[in-house]
Amino acid sequence: MSGSHGGTAGHGTAPAEEHIPVFTGPTRARLEQLFTKYPTRQACLLPALWMVQEARGWISEQAIGEVADVLELTPAYVKGVVTFYTMYHTHPVGRHFVQVCTTSPCNICGAEDVVKALLQETGCGELGATSPDGRFTVIEVECLGACGFPTPILVDDDFIENVTPEKVRGIVQRYQ
Amino acid sequence: MSDELVNVTIDGMQLAVPKGTPIIEAAKQAGLLVPHYCYHPSLPSPAVCRMCLVEVEKAPKLMPACVTTVAEGQVVHVNSPSAKKAREGVLELLLINHPLDCPICDQSGECELQDYTFQEGRPATRYQEFAKRYNPVEDFGPDVLYVPNRCILCTRCVRFMEDVADTPVLNVSERGDRAYIGIAEQQRLDHPWAGNVVDLCPVGSLLSKDFLHKARAWDLDKTASVCPGCTQGCNINIDTRDDVVVRIRPRPNLEVNRHFICDYGRMNYRWMNRGDRVEAPLVRDGGRHVATDWDTALDRIGQAIRGVSGSAVILASGRTSTESLGLVRLMLDGLEVTAAVQVPLGDEAPLAGIPGLALRRERAPNLAGAELLGYGVDGGETWREVSSAGLVIVLDAELGPEEEAALAAAPGLVIVLATLMPEARNAEMILPITTMAEENGTYVNRDRRIQRFQQAKAQPGMARPAWWIAGEVLAGPGPDASAPSTAAEAFALLGERWPLFAGITHGDLGYTGRLLTQAPAGVGSAR
Amino acid sequence: MGYPHPSHPKETVVLSKHFGDPEARTYAGWVRHGGYEALRKAVGMSREAIVEEVKASGLRGRGGAGFPTGLKWSFMPKDVVRPHYLVCNADESEPGTFKDREIMRWTPHALIEGCAIAAYAIGAERCYVYIRGEFTEPWKVMNAAVEEAVAAGALGDDVFGSGKRIEIVLHRGAGAYICGEETAMMNSLEGRRGNPRIKPPYPAVAGLFGMPTTINNVETLAAVPHILNRGAAWYKALCLGNPKSTGTKLVSVCGHVQRPGNYEVTMGTPMRDILYDMCGGPPAGRTIKAVIPGGSSVPIMTLEEAESALFDYEGVVEKGSMLGSAGMIVMDDRTDMVYQIWRLARFYAHESCAQCTQCREGTAWTTRVLERILAGKGKQEDFQLLLDLSENMTGKTICVLSDSCAAPVVSGIQKFRSEFEAYIAGAREPSLAAV
Repeated sequence: MSGSHGGTAGHGTAPAEEHIPVFTGPTRARLEQLFTKYPTRQACLLPALWMVQEARGWISEQAIGEVADVLELTPAYVKGVVTFYTMYHTHPVGRHFVQVCTTSPCNICGAEDVVKALLQETGCGELGATSPDGRFTVIEVECLGACGFPTPILVDDDFIENVTPEKVRGIVQRYQ
Repeated sequence: MSDELVNVTIDGMQLAVPKGTPIIEAAKQAGLLVPHYCYHPSLPSPAVCRMCLVEVEKAPKLMPACVTTVAEGQVVHVNSPSAKKAREGVLELLLINHPLDCPICDQSGECELQDYTFQEGRPATRYQEFAKRYNPVEDFGPDVLYVPNRCILCTRCVRFMEDVADTPVLNVSERGDRAYIGIAEQQRLDHPWAGNVVDLCPVGSLLSKDFLHKARAWDLDKTASVCPGCTQGCNINIDTRDDVVVRIRPRPNLEVNRHFICDYGRMNYRWMNRGDRVEAPLVRDGGRHVATDWDTALDRIGQAIRGVSGSAVILASGRTSTESLGLVRLMLDGLEVTAAVQVPLGDEAPLAGIPGLALRRERAPNLAGAELLGYGVDGGETWREVSSAGLVIVLDAELGPEEEAALAAAPGLVIVLATLMPEARNAEMILPITTMAEENGTYVNRDRRIQRFQQAKAQPGMARPAWWIAGEVLAGPGPDASAPSTAAEAFALLGERWPLFAGITHGDLGYTGRLLTQAPAGVGSAR
Repeated sequence: MGYPHPSHPKETVVLSKHFGDPEARTYAGWVRHGGYEALRKAVGMSREAIVEEVKASGLRGRGGAGFPTGLKWSFMPKDVVRPHYLVCNADESEPGTFKDREIMRWTPHALIEGCAIAAYAIGAERCYVYIRGEFTEPWKVMNAAVEEAVAAGALGDDVFGSGKRIEIVLHRGAGAYICGEETAMMNSLEGRRGNPRIKPPYPAVAGLFGMPTTINNVETLAAVPHILNRGAAWYKALCLGNPKSTGTKLVSVCGHVQRPGNYEVTMGTPMRDILYDMCGGPPAGRTIKAVIPGGSSVPIMTLEEAESALFDYEGVVEKGSMLGSAGMIVMDDRTDMVYQIWRLARFYAHESCAQCTQCREGTAWTTRVLERILAGKGKQEDFQLLLDLSENMTGKTICVLSDSCAAPVVSGIQKFRSEFEAYIAGAREPSLAAV
């Protein structure tokens, strides 16, 4: 059913590459360490999905299968959880993932102009699409929780406050 | 649920119900069905459809009747203006994205969205000038299609797979109004009990491929029956249209199968519709069999049996009713009888969430009944007896090549009671009998629960229940003879010989049967 | 303090005293500021005594609901026969609210100390801090701080040699507003979709992993060490309005004011003082049109209502709204109210978990009707439709997400109807393309 449900537009079918397991070596050890922090393995699902996304940039169907395996869940169960949370990517995204807050507090302070500037500067053109050079994907997100510093954006893990259209070019140049 | 009763008033009716009962179940006892979608008595309640909101006096807001339990002195209004308005609101919202394609929907006529909308929905939508949500139909598994556009996200299917089947292959994917029922790419909805999601779906979103566009619900005749698939004895409805079985669905019996049946049982009905049936009594005339009438045939069986000396063998199908097994056995009284039923074996498939419920290895619905009537389990040795028996009765047993050969070489008299034409050239008689779908009768399940099944379709030609044939033979010819004319009368004859059945009538069994271990009153003094 | 601005004389700076001071982030620095004294004191007290102290302080939940904190703690079983859990709600996602973020960024040890005291008070040995996924910086700061606290013996198997065991586990969310709802948060922590749960059972009876659980907001927990250090009477005396609202409150102010930021005020401070004195009022030449005082989920106030309200739980209710999370969104006379109400409705439609019918379908439909109005295709009947939908979304669902969607719609139509009328009558240029 991909493509028919909101979310990120502009992606074709995910490439059917062979899945190289994520939970090996140090990553596996990190997961094992997490198991000691929770009374169930299932509770490690969100952290495990973060680990997959850190390692691969997105969460593929095969990765869902691997997570299900290590946590003793079913792939369908894991997928239901993955699609609930908007920060998990179920498609490949650009090298740098840009999230712009456009909820009311930022909206009244000009967030939509920041979005326009970002789409233009990154070459993404439209929300959810990846720029032709593969560098960026820009999406609108709901409240980033820094309403007093409009407009906040998240580039990968960098939280940048007080972004205005004028500052966009400089920010974009920092990410290659 | 406790033994303690609490007094509640529901729409003006006062009742005493066990503490802990949800209002929705208490209301049923008052004869009120609180409209609902996500609630199902065999599933945990998430209270998400919000359809069963009722007014509870002193509560600050409307309460979901599915998870709100009764309390002493509670006053509930199911049909108060505020409750009705809330339900109308839910119905309006459930319909905004619904395709309203009832004319081509299999669920039409047995659809809870249709029913409740008709009952208390708005006459017209206010969701105008907006596009409806559209998602393509998905193939979920061997027998299940998902039509997301009709889905109301009640999550019964998800909960069944997760909490009852313990195999969560379905999920709710995405969120908000983008949500749909999802499945993982690498998984299929192929659990042996998966078909239940189709029955559980209150709308036409999950469909059976087997039943797809086969019939309209209002054209179906429903007959209470017992699954002939295995020794579990799940209660079923056989749905027929114009005398053709088109669907088998579970019939609730909290003691046996709750609300479920397995897919094997669900699909195990095509044989009921076979057209190549034996339709007239056939008697041997030299090297061939010729059709005759029942009077002639019955006379000949009587004579034949009276002429037999030595031992007799009965080989019966495991699907034979208690009445037929019993009376055929009684018919041979006086002879040394070896009787056995065939028990085909298959894989056991339990339903994890319901203890005691499984598709059983033994695919013979009346195995326990047969054993109570003195039948053994046929393990092949029955056929060794054939070579020395004076009489062999084949009671709809399936004949493989070895059995056919043994039968052909049998020195004694061979009588075959059959639904399908057997390979039995040396049979003295081949008598047409009805299948369980064409007769009334009883099966005894593995827990010794005796349960009735009823005739779902007409018998072909001159076919008769096997008990009728045996009863006529037992009664003998003549105007004074009193042969049983109904299955209930046939059943009444069993008690004299087998006391476990004494004192019970078909009427006593109702629609859910009873355990035979409870010795009925007066038994024991009979013998 | 009005971080990032200097402290204003009308503020009462307790929690925000060290915002902006990098030294306060470190364990040593925090101890120099008097940190961890309260925890040392607490582990020498009885559980009951701590609960009583917090009860007496009048501290109420700062996440939005305003439930008395001590009372909430007292619901936990007295005897610990099964594991108890403390969950710290750091999933700050209510539009307009950004106070917990600053607490975690600048004073992580204040929160850790509060968590440790609360955990001990409710009989829990483990506290999960659920931090929203987008808070990348607070996440890093908190991780470092927990590590330091463990190394210093403030957390671990033997807290400050008391023999008490307190562990803090940080858990990262992944983008779901609804996980800020306490039962949804427990589901999320258990590795499920963040669906709110039906109550009962209440968390204190069967919460996280089915065990007795207390969930407290970051700001609530950060206030606890101060109460233990300075006493319940001190805290209770911080009150300018209704005696049921005590202590200080961080107010996140955003939107059309000259100095947006976090201000810490004594409960009952006039909203006027916050808007004009602390924040400097609207930008030059502008006037304030509307204020949403408690995060986006509460009814919109007109300027008159806002100017006359005292800022505490009761004072804001008196003027037709709610204190909520105290995220104050200020809108000046340039603001297109219909557009912003649509934007809020879209937020809720996006965040609806999909469980309850009224919320799943109602928030989306509401959004579409507002879109239609903005596109110049609205009708007079749309008023009734929006109000009917809002009624249907209020008080009918498991959690209050759909109620929150309805609040700005209903109050917006009540108070700014003429703006809707202008779109419907074609007197205003459409601001959205036709749907």
